[in-house]
Amino acid sequence: MIEIIKDWCKGCEICVKRCPVDALEMSDELNKRGVYPPKLKEENECNFCRLCELLCPDFAITVIPDEDEKPVESKSRLIIGGITNEV
Amino acid sequence: MSEEVKKKMIDANELRDKYLREGMLPTIFCNGCGHGNAIDYTFWAIEELGLDMDKVALASGIGCSSRIPGYINADGLHTTHGRALAFATGIKAANPDLHVIVFTGDGDCTGIGGNHFIHAARRNIDMTVILLNNFIYGMTGGQLAPTAPIGSIATTAPYGNIEQAFNISELAKALGANYVARWPISYPYQPIKSIKDGIAKKGFSLIELMSPCPTAYGRRNRLGNIEALWNWYEENTILIEDYEKIINYGTEEEKNSIKEKFKIGVFQDVDKPGFFGEYEKLVNMLIEKDDAKLKGGSQ
Repeated sequence: MIEIIKDWCKGCEICVKRCPVDALEMSDELNKRGVYPPKLKEENECNFCRLCELLCPDFAITVIPDEDEKPVESKSRLIIGGITNEV
Repeated sequence: MSEEVKKKMIDANELRDKYLREGMLPTIFCNGCGHGNAIDYTFWAIEELGLDMDKVALASGIGCSSRIPGYINADGLHTTHGRALAFATGIKAANPDLHVIVFTGDGDCTGIGGNHFIHAARRNIDMTVILLNNFIYGMTGGQLAPTAPIGSIATTAPYGNIEQAFNISELAKALGANYVARWPISYPYQPIKSIKDGIAKKGFSLIELMSPCPTAYGRRNRLGNIEALWNWYEENTILIEDYEKIINYGTEEEKNSIKEKFKIGVFQDVDKPGFFGEYEKLVNMLIEKDDAKLKGGSQ
């Protein structure tokens, strides 16, 4: 889960552009400053790497890992010894 | 990740509660400015070191970067332009138990206060300087800073800069600072480790963070797009190790391609005696000498 302090966001979109799994998008609700803060996509592959939290210059993002483990999407495959194994 | 490690890592909310003056937020920094990241990285470094914030003193001069101590929940001095290092030397002299951290900018530290910087590094005074280099005097309206690369446009250089730029990290290395590192702000983990090493190190440590300035620098230099400016830092930097390999074994073409790039990495990591350590030794030696003399005289 990602918590966003909406009124601290300045809308630089660094978190959206730098997310390694492309899990964030800009929301369509304006905040107090008149910018669109980010939000987690409905379907996302967020693995709680906390990069957005570190790269946010305005301290607006908190990443809280979910308690229950997410089922791994079939897209991500481990390659072991040249053989592609579906996990 | 094991359960133990998971428990040990605090989340950003706890980090903010612990170190940030939340009443001051949102920050005054422009949209896309990297100075906020420097605060965040410093928090993580302090958290990993486990420092007591009552034992931390901050100092800063004038400029965008010098607003940073206002956001950190520790005692700080917001001093005159360029004199942050002089005031920090005073703090350290008055109370050597404090960890002195100086936040300063490129214009503040090397432009206005260049001589203070040179002599603080030469005397190897025990402090950590976090220098945010954005190539411009951002707060006062975008005047040319001594660190601006050749050709960059500023309000005082409308046809492009023709002066050679200051290479702060190489200068500090030559002056014999104990720890010198340079990282762009767009990499999070390396600066955290460098700040951590710098605070733990006795003697002068300089961490130069290359921080993007979209408003005063980027806009005039066709880097107004925040994403383009952040990517610029990755395209125009090269690790010291790679740089040296190419200089020693590379082809002419490769050598030409890295000429304009900024070296990043840890420039220097040594353990030389600092000024206050030596001063303490000197004072103790003189006291002993004096005591012996007094004893000799009374007999």
